[in-house]
Amino acid sequence: MTSELREVAHNQHTHPTNRFYLAIGAALIGLTVLEVFGYLGETKEILGPGSATAIILFLSALKFLLVVALYMHLKFDHKLFTGIFVFPAMLATLVIGSMILLFGPLHGTATAIQHPTVEHGETAAPAGSPAEAPAAH
Amino acid sequence: MDHAHALDAHAAHAAHIDTSTGLDSRKMAFWGFIGSECLLFGSLIATYMAYKGKSLGGPYPHDVVINGVAHEGVFNIPLTTFSTFILLMSSVAMVLALNYTQRGERKLSALWLFLTAFGGSIFLGCQVYEFTAFVVHDGMTLKSNLFSSSFFVLTGFHGAHVTVGVIYLLTLATMAWKGKIGPEKSLNVEIAGLYWHFVDVIWIIIFPLVYLIR
Repeated sequence: MTSELREVAHNQHTHPTNRFYLAIGAALIGLTVLEVFGYLGETKEILGPGSATAIILFLSALKFLLVVALYMHLKFDHKLFTGIFVFPAMLATLVIGSMILLFGPLHGTATAIQHPTVEHGETAAPAGSPAEAPAAH
Repeated sequence: MDHAHALDAHAAHAAHIDTSTGLDSRKMAFWGFIGSECLLFGSLIATYMAYKGKSLGGPYPHDVVINGVAHEGVFNIPLTTFSTFILLMSSVAMVLALNYTQRGERKLSALWLFLTAFGGSIFLGCQVYEFTAFVVHDGMTLKSNLFSSSFFVLTGFHGAHVTVGVIYLLTLATMAWKGKIGPEKSLNVEIAGLYWHFVDVIWIIIFPLVYLIR
């Protein structure tokens, strides 16, 4: 059997309908709307910063899973493809988490700026300070 | 068709391919490429997150009050939400294009590929508008502060990937319109779809981390 014939045989068996894909698309839009509501909830001080962040991250993770599993067909494809994708994705997540921890809770004193903390978690320079100077240490 | 049948069909398909893994080499290579792209974007996102909130001066991403003085944030959330919506819809168009290709409906396949590329173009237009507003209205350039540097590099790299995707899709759509891509060559469209969905997945991560979470 040639590779082209194999593809035809493969395609006749395995793919969901357009309606299924449209339903996933609608779910993605709904989740995005909820994410924006989470942002607005924090802006209007209905939600605390921590809970808004948790909600937004959870919704984002759901969208990620929907696209990767169903639109990229990892749910239906061979598990080796999942492994090839998941391993570097987890490594990238580990790098992101490590950097946040390193520049935040674990080693905050090395990179923190010794200025008053302002609203919404930003740290500000006093008036007249250089626009971009090395962190004080 | 339920998932068990789908898995069986895939397993049967995989068993017939004459490679050492039993899987299509082009698809395998492309998943490897996507894995490497995960690490690239992982490092860019990690850099942005590490420097988040550590700029000594403005412009700032969100509205803040510093020493009693209110500073307006540069982000235009409605515009970015709209471009996110467009990018998600282009992903829907992409899966429909693949479905029509696999069914042998060449004109519909070409149409949905064009629509996918069109969605990507609108997204790029929004990004160009956003960047221009940052530079012209807010005076924010690549060198302004830590936030602007890490933001432009991260979103700029993503935009470059979208640009490549649009060119890739337009090429495929043109070939499909000319009748050169039928069900026997649907893997070409499937691989383009993998690229496009990956670009979408990266935006699904960037949008909340950069724009929505303060």
